[in-house]
Amino acid sequence: MTAPDFASGASSPLVELNQVSLAYGEGREATLALADATMRIAQGEFVAVVGPSGCGKSTLMKLVTGLIPPTSGEVKVRGERVTRPIKGVGMAFQNATLLPWRSTRDNIMLPLEVVEPHKSRLRAERAAYFDKAQKLLASVGLGEFGDKYPWQLSGGMQQRSNVCRALIHEPQILMLDEPFGALDAFTREELWGIMQALWLERRFTAVLVTHDLREAVYLADTVYVMSRRPGRIVKIRKVELPRPRTLETTFQAEFVDIVHELRERIQMEHG
Amino acid sequence: MAMTARQERYVRLAMPWLTLAVLLIAWEIACIVFDVPEIVAPRPSRVFEVIVQRWDLLVRFCLETLWTTMIGFVLAIGFGLLLGLAIGASPFVYSGLYPLLIAFNAIPKVAIVPILMIWLGIGALPAIITAFVISFFPIVVNVATGLATIEPEMRDLMRSLGASNYEILTKVGIPRAMPYLFASLKVAATLAFVGSVLSETVGGNRGIGFLMLSASARNDSATTFAGLFAIAIMGVAVYAACALVERRMTRWAFRGELVR
Ligand SMILES: Nc1ncnc2c1ncn2[C@@H]1O[C@H](COP(=O)(O)OP(=O)(O)OP(=O)(O)O)[C@@H](O)[C@H]1O
Ligand SMILES: [Mg+2]
Repeated sequence: MTAPDFASGASSPLVELNQVSLAYGEGREATLALADATMRIAQGEFVAVVGPSGCGKSTLMKLVTGLIPPTSGEVKVRGERVTRPIKGVGMAFQNATLLPWRSTRDNIMLPLEVVEPHKSRLRAERAAYFDKAQKLLASVGLGEFGDKYPWQLSGGMQQRSNVCRALIHEPQILMLDEPFGALDAFTREELWGIMQALWLERRFTAVLVTHDLREAVYLADTVYVMSRRPGRIVKIRKVELPRPRTLETTFQAEFVDIVHELRERIQMEHG
Repeated sequence: MAMTARQERYVRLAMPWLTLAVLLIAWEIACIVFDVPEIVAPRPSRVFEVIVQRWDLLVRFCLETLWTTMIGFVLAIGFGLLLGLAIGASPFVYSGLYPLLIAFNAIPKVAIVPILMIWLGIGALPAIITAFVISFFPIVVNVATGLATIEPEMRDLMRSLGASNYEILTKVGIPRAMPYLFASLKVAATLAFVGSVLSETVGGNRGIGFLMLSASARNDSATTFAGLFAIAIMGVAVYAACALVERRMTRWAFRGELVR
């Protein structure tokens, strides 16, 4: 598994992008957001995508989850071509978008009201699901805040709830679009730890978009670096630091070297 | 001269009454100083005298207006809500109906009352329909706006969970549109009064509008003004009721503020 080629992990990857391009708009108005992206994401892999602003990272997320169809190329998940929103996905965005009329717990339980098989079980097994939500909240340190409304939580607490909402239905694929972007450095680093713990426990496949290279290296198995718009993948860097990684890890030479290497590649984009 | 929070609250509660009192006193004094004839503008004290004298009559006519207004208003809520949801949820309905609605709203409603009378005769029905027609528009616009401003991220999130359009509408869209609906009700309720009184004034045999019309035909301007006061009081009462319901129903939209 040390080979840096695309055939990483199992024989067939969970997510596969072949020469995927996407243009917004039509004709002369069209802007090419993503160009010729080719990626292989293995089952249970934690991937981070970094790159300059506007290079098509959010677009990439929407393509993988089938929210928008590619202009050319193909996206495959579990070997099947993606034509509409795929199943088994959890998403968390930069702004928490919690629904202000629901308590934090009810917000987190929203996916259970929509996703099968939970949807049809929810009514009968309300108590069990309630416990499940409570456990998840407790695991991110929000055990006592289930009954509070989102506007009664701090920004960091809202982001933790946001991550909980993305995980409650036990998705196979977790999409994180800069979920920690708006937070202060301390809260952010705390959430890295929480995120890693959740991942080590459940081993979902995760794609994390971030501007923070240390965050990428801390969390990811593989970091993809993208170029300026139209985004191309210009570098793939495996991170083979042992887990669980801690804040100590971030000061080790190996860690720092990887961050520098990535930073140099990104600076070329700004040059 | 700092006030405690409690004092400040009392003063704030008293402010509208103080303003009203100052206005009425100024009016009274102006009438006396400039020797305004009663037929042009009766003194407020005269108006209150008439209100007390003709209390029974006023209440009867007010109730007639009140219930036509309320029926029109309730119809407007039902219709406005449905139409607003349809327009907000479907781009096709939006592009098909919205221009027509704007055109319709631009028609002065005075112009349609005579037509309604030809069709329906005089009585309560034209007043109900005028109240309905004049008050549904803000409801439609507000509900549609509430739906149309769902955050794209929330929509993406719901779609990625495999939610149907119907689920997105019921779980996100409709709750989100509620504060917009309740905000529009305050405006719509006062407009409904304008509608029914308008209809009663253009032609009719009932309601406070009719009372004012016949009083002014008799040069009884004190009674006409009494009618005006009555409409204003009813308008404020209904507005306050709507505001109360709004706060009850959509606490979250106020982020816990204002709700005491
Ligand atoms: N809905 C849209 N319609 C038209 N153009 C769009 C749309 N969404 C994104 N774009 C364009 O596509 C490009 C890539 O956008 P995208 O949101 O994927 O960037 P990003 O890498 O996520 O940026 P950031 O890091 O700032 O979030 C941008 O140049 C943007 O202008
Ligand atoms: Mg983005």
